[in-house]
Amino acid sequence: MSVLEIKNLHVNVETDQGTREILRGVDLVINEGEIHAVMGPNGSGKSTLAYTIAGHPKYHVTEGQILLDGEDVLAMTVDERARAGLFLAMQYPVEIPGVTVTNFLRTAKTAIDGEAPAIRGWIKDVRESMSNLKMDPAFAERNVNEGFSGGEKKRNEILQLELLKPRFAVLDETDSGLDVDALKIVSEGVNRAKANTGLGILLITHYTRILRYIKPDFVHVFVAGRIAEQGGPELADRLEDEGYDRYQVAETAAAE
Amino acid sequence: MPTAEQHGFRPHSDGAFVPVQTRSERFRSVHVEDFAPVTGREHEWKLSPVAAFADLTGGELDGSRLPLESTDAAGVALSWIPRDDARIGRTGTPEERASANAWSSFGEALLIEVSGEDEKVVTVTRSGLGSTPRAAHTVIEAAPNSRGLIVLRGTGDARLTENVEIVVGEGANLTVVALQEWSDDSVHLASHFARIARDAKLKHIVVSLGGRVVRVNPSTHLAEQGGDIEALGLYFSDAGQHLEQQVYVHHDAPHTRSRVTYKGALQGQGARSVWIGDVLIGNAAVGTDSYEQNRNLVLTDGTRADSVPNLEIETGDIEGAGHASATGRFDDEQLFYLMARGISEDEARRLVVRGFLAEVVQQIGDAALEERLIAALEAELQGS
Ligand SMILES: Nc1ncnc2c1ncn2[C@@H]1O[C@H](COP(=O)(O)OP(=O)(O)O)[C@@H](O)[C@H]1O
Ligand SMILES: [Mg+2]
Repeated sequence: MSVLEIKNLHVNVETDQGTREILRGVDLVINEGEIHAVMGPNGSGKSTLAYTIAGHPKYHVTEGQILLDGEDVLAMTVDERARAGLFLAMQYPVEIPGVTVTNFLRTAKTAIDGEAPAIRGWIKDVRESMSNLKMDPAFAERNVNEGFSGGEKKRNEILQLELLKPRFAVLDETDSGLDVDALKIVSEGVNRAKANTGLGILLITHYTRILRYIKPDFVHVFVAGRIAEQGGPELADRLEDEGYDRYQVAETAAAE
Repeated sequence: MPTAEQHGFRPHSDGAFVPVQTRSERFRSVHVEDFAPVTGREHEWKLSPVAAFADLTGGELDGSRLPLESTDAAGVALSWIPRDDARIGRTGTPEERASANAWSSFGEALLIEVSGEDEKVVTVTRSGLGSTPRAAHTVIEAAPNSRGLIVLRGTGDARLTENVEIVVGEGANLTVVALQEWSDDSVHLASHFARIARDAKLKHIVVSLGGRVVRVNPSTHLAEQGGDIEALGLYFSDAGQHLEQQVYVHHDAPHTRSRVTYKGALQGQGARSVWIGDVLIGNAAVGTDSYEQNRNLVLTDGTRADSVPNLEIETGDIEGAGHASATGRFDDEQLFYLMARGISEDEARRLVVRGFLAEVVQQIGDAALEERLIAALEAELQGS
């Protein structure tokens, strides 16, 4: 039974106006097979949490821990984290000129597994996953994310999720910018990955709409760099009706 | 309140813009004294580190035979011919002083004759040229309907200025690879002049990896109907290296085609590249189909890539003409993205550069050479 633990996480970034604390004590425990939705307004620090788990160099941890089955994730380099079983589906996937999707996927798979995948099975897996995600086979020969639409980039992220088979995935606003058809396709991909591998998921979102397709076990409301409230799926329904105002008022009051 | 007119946004009443000098009207001569000493302000030198090779543009040159080794193949013959041989001077004339200095100074020319319709590959390696400033002249001639691939390779030390003439006979299909793998201190200035006869095809590939300053300027004259040039280039500029190519394609007959694709990577402090691509579509060149592009991948800070495409069109009746130029960075976000998929930092860099340059390598059409080049590129990536 794998577990990803985030303990009292404080994170700074350097801005033009100096150092700013973005995460202010985040606690979260995700077990294998669980889906945790993290919901919060823009600017509350959701992407900061996602990037910090993945190890982006811009984010500096000043206090706290991230543990994967007791192993110190913060001591690992970005690639080591991925090889340890962590995956981040990015809010804004990066374009990689000169590297085709095919080449990229094979290289990543080889790096993660520590050996090259058996050719025939691998080609079949890639083709199948692409077809499930309604990606045109021509994408395989295109450069990673280059000239992809927003929705195509998100599908490409989920394609990697399905093929690389991580133990824990952080999905950073995978739903934003998708029309309803694309949202369904992408959600099905996430659900398929979970059914196949039993991974744990940290589903970051601004809207409740994706939760119609991906059912969370837990919902955490994220405001101003920490978790303001947590509960079951019913909390999402409440957010749907009431929005985040209630928390932001409380936050402002607390700060005064 | 100043008006748009006062700012100079005035519609032109004096007709179309006419360039001061079109490429075809540039001064040309085989005599070095016909050119003024190089200052670095001339348009053909202004992006080059001229002080690093004043000996080649202005000084006396050793015009004796270059030390070389060659592989052999049936249908390719090498010989030395005297400078007054009629087979010299059929393709073009120097447009700058280094080229003219070489032309004025060489003793004998190396003649490489390609005949026969079988595919064949010959590699001519020039090495151990030493530190004496040298001049050389080479004529590569593909007989009508012949095929072949000639690699002109340079290794070791060199201070060389040279002219390479490429005569592609009717219906011939020739590939010429200029492969620069010189030592770190070497300087190599080359002008290639290709003349393409009716329905002939030249694939011309410049690969510059090693050398302090390497400047290879290929000019192609599509002189007869149906001629085709595929001009490819690949360069990897490291710290302190200057790699330059001024590519000129002259469409001068009906239904000719050109494709120019140059790609370069730059890595390290002072790594520098220059690409100038001139395409001239003359008024005889109806039905021309032309496209040129240059792409640069910047791997670190402290580099500079100049990329200047120019297109002159003298006839309205063409099939297509276009150009593109782009310089992009391999940045930290790309590195993060690849590493977040488990790929190590070294491998991430290699992956990107290899992918970027492979597009050119794959078009060489000789598996052994392609493999060697991929290995050489790997070594470039490791070596920093
Ligand atoms: N790299 C960065 N540099 C400067 N400020 C940042 C950076 N990343 C995030 N921030 C700031 O931190 C806050 C939280 O951002 P983010 O984590 O992206 O929030 P969310 O994903 O919830 O919208 C915002 O105010 C944002 O401007
Ligand atoms: Mg965000």
